[in-house]
Amino acid sequence: MDGIHDLGGMAGFGAISYEENEPVFHEPWQATAFALNIVGIGVLRNHNADEYRHSIERMPPVHYLQACYYERVLTGAATLFVEKGVVTKEELEERAGGAFPLASPNAPDPMAELEPQPVARFTKGDRVLVKDIHPAGHTRVPRFCRGKTGTVLHVAPAFSFPDAAAHGGAFRKEHTYHVEFASTDLWADAGADNESVIVDLWDSYLEGVDA
Amino acid sequence: MSTPTNIASPKARTEALQSALADKGLIPEGALDAVIHTATEDWDPENGARVVARAWTDPDFKKRLLADATSACAELGYEGIQGEYIVALEDEPERHNVIVCTQCSCTAWPVLGLPPDWYKSPEYRARVAREPRKVLKEMGLDLARDIAIRVWETSAETRYMVIPCRPEGTDGWSEEQLAALVTREALIGIALANPA
Repeated sequence: MDGIHDLGGMAGFGAISYEENEPVFHEPWQATAFALNIVGIGVLRNHNADEYRHSIERMPPVHYLQACYYERVLTGAATLFVEKGVVTKEELEERAGGAFPLASPNAPDPMAELEPQPVARFTKGDRVLVKDIHPAGHTRVPRFCRGKTGTVLHVAPAFSFPDAAAHGGAFRKEHTYHVEFASTDLWADAGADNESVIVDLWDSYLEGVDA
Repeated sequence: MSTPTNIASPKARTEALQSALADKGLIPEGALDAVIHTATEDWDPENGARVVARAWTDPDFKKRLLADATSACAELGYEGIQGEYIVALEDEPERHNVIVCTQCSCTAWPVLGLPPDWYKSPEYRARVAREPRKVLKEMGLDLARDIAIRVWETSAETRYMVIPCRPEGTDGWSEEQLAALVTREALIGIALANPA
């Protein structure tokens, strides 16, 4: 989805606040929220990592930006426990003593039509074009590189295709590629021609470019 | 949609989810504590620092690290969740590497630890790909214009770590001494290794 999570290149954000010697968790509830999600994925098999990422992407944008990282983790995990019927929102709100905002529902038709690519179609040095897709559900193609052409630096192993795995689609694995884009091809105001961005992209996001 | 005004605190919401699952008998004894222990004790940027120090002192290890960082890190005992496919990025005097995850906050947990808040912030995620030189300068790393910058977006399953350049004046230093120069910031690429 073209959501608030897809922040790369968005303008208007200010200075990055930096804390010396930051602890892993600032408050105990953050550790618990993190652990509840990991147990939900790895032990209870309530959801997978792609469903989890998408549950956070589905948070209303204002809540997303106001919440700290571990509040997003909590909201995503709780949404998936509710959606899978393990707990109810009412039960959580009764226990919490107040409102428990969750993510918005999944889109009814979440996946772009992308032909599965079980065999690596590209190799190091190939020029590739990123398809200009805008699926309503989960995808891992950042908006900033859609419709852009880059060069394959490296072919990574085949991994589960997230757009399908986030939505109960048929399991498929595809290779991913480290594709390098000149920053000046991505943004007209990019700093210099010796800056580049490398994006890790699944095979079916790409099409070949004739040399 | 209307925004509720009586939102429970994140702490109260966390306790609500935890108690709801626990009362249904869904949380195995010790499961949460085991995760928290791993996150706070095992996943540590000092692990990545030891990998870098080994690469600086052992050319054969460095070769293995650059060819297959997952196996090389596993040689030192650093492996597991979010470390299934690690790629090491070697800095050169004329080319700097920096890591981001613009869409969430993916990181190589076994070697970098859970990521710090600045890495997870909307500001860093939005800005570093588009204006890396400016962001690095704001964070204290002023790179000369003729040094190229590669920004690595963690959009799929590869988890990256940066191998910074070895500081001058460290000939003959032990791995332990060298590892102490490598911070989490250097492993992500917003800083260089500390000077000798």
